[in-house]
Amino acid sequence: MRVAANRDVCIGAGLCVVTAPAVFDQDDEGIVVLLTEDVPPDRVAAASLAVDRCPSGALRRLDDGSSG
Amino acid sequence: MTDAPVMPLHMRRAGFDPTDELAAVRRDEGVRRIVTALGVPAYLVTRYDDVREVLGDWGRFSNAGRRVFGMPDAPQLTEEEVARMRAGQLLTFDPPEHTRLRRMLTPEFTVRRMRGLEPRITEIVDAHLDELERLGPPADLVSSFALPIPSLVICELLGVPYADRDEFQYRTRRQLDLSIPLEERLSLGRDARAYMHGLVARAQAAPGADMLGMLVREHGDELSTDELVGIANLLLVAGHETTSNMLGLGTLALLRHPDQLAAVRDEPAAVEPAVEELLRWLSIVHAGIPRVTTTEVEVAGHTIPAGELVVCSLPAANRDPVLVEDPDRFDIARAPAGHLAFGHGVHHCLGAPLARMEMRIAFPALLRRFPDLALAVPFEAVEFRSFHVVYGLRALPVTW
Repeated sequence: MRVAANRDVCIGAGLCVVTAPAVFDQDDEGIVVLLTEDVPPDRVAAASLAVDRCPSGALRRLDDGSSG
Repeated sequence: MTDAPVMPLHMRRAGFDPTDELAAVRRDEGVRRIVTALGVPAYLVTRYDDVREVLGDWGRFSNAGRRVFGMPDAPQLTEEEVARMRAGQLLTFDPPEHTRLRRMLTPEFTVRRMRGLEPRITEIVDAHLDELERLGPPADLVSSFALPIPSLVICELLGVPYADRDEFQYRTRRQLDLSIPLEERLSLGRDARAYMHGLVARAQAAPGADMLGMLVREHGDELSTDELVGIANLLLVAGHETTSNMLGLGTLALLRHPDQLAAVRDEPAAVEPAVEELLRWLSIVHAGIPRVTTTEVEVAGHTIPAGELVVCSLPAANRDPVLVEDPDRFDIARAPAGHLAFGHGVHHCLGAPLARMEMRIAFPALLRRFPDLALAVPFEAVEFRSFHVVYGLRALPVTW
């Protein structure tokens, strides 16, 4: 799975950081930082949950067929 | 004369549960026309997917330009007063105005910042437990634990003197009490702004290390004094009234489920999922801030014209069977579910990480200090408080 993060849309809720800390981090302003675009297989479930939970819609999957 | 406000469907509860009527609306119709506590007709949205969609789409469901004062007898406010009331109130703006304000605050609520607060919150919780222990049973857990802990935390963070708590707690409680006439609530709002003006002036003269000081130092040239007052008031109100009701109601929920209470007390790994399940199952905020449709929309097969008020029921959404199996059962062993207790979309609760941290510290600390904690009155005698922006308890008499 590949993911993308839109830092302009992010509201800094931080849910992704606690849900999938291997994939997402926050900068000092609270805005999402993508640690890796290619999610390791053992982190797919967590990253997927983080994408679903993201309140602002800043996160999306890149290879699930949707143009999102 | 204005008639006494009538409690709308989405605020009625039966103890911990939303009413059967609300569940039936979710099952059968999805959307129902209601009249809000302010007497304004609105569309009530009840299903998980629909609530997520409405709250997540600020373009079609706007927080700005609310038609709050729809009652024919509502007090007439000047444009100037309305502008002053809205200044800095993040919940009354859409992007990009909302983004501008929110971005000034997000650095204060990062996961790292919250971890940094953990030792101080633990200290505050322990101090209140020491005092409870010293005074001995029985005690009212709302006034001695659930309310003071989040109040002290937000006071320290924001830079509000804790000595002023009686007056701001009183104002908040009544401002959000929808059974109280609007005129009085508006007047309390003016008092709250006047109070905060004093604190803002002090911070402008000598900005401290707290959040008010940070806002003055780092954003003083881009924020008006009214905006500073609005932001600070929102944080103060949201910072204590919500978490305190989760602590009170949450403790009662655990007392009614002793096996799960024991898990929260004895198993550190059970705490985080328990807090999430309490948030979902209790959903103490009845509804997100009402949205106004900017265009004709369709929700659950219902056509809603432009310019209409839309209210999203958070407890109904969080007890939707599409979210979790057997949703009315309280079960801290559930797999994590994306509940909507903190809302969704760009207005998702700014203080959620702080609230979670306070609950994760306070619940187990309370239960470990008093392993025999029990209700001091029959369950039937516990008074729930429903006709209020935030659901909660008037008091929680306990013994140990």
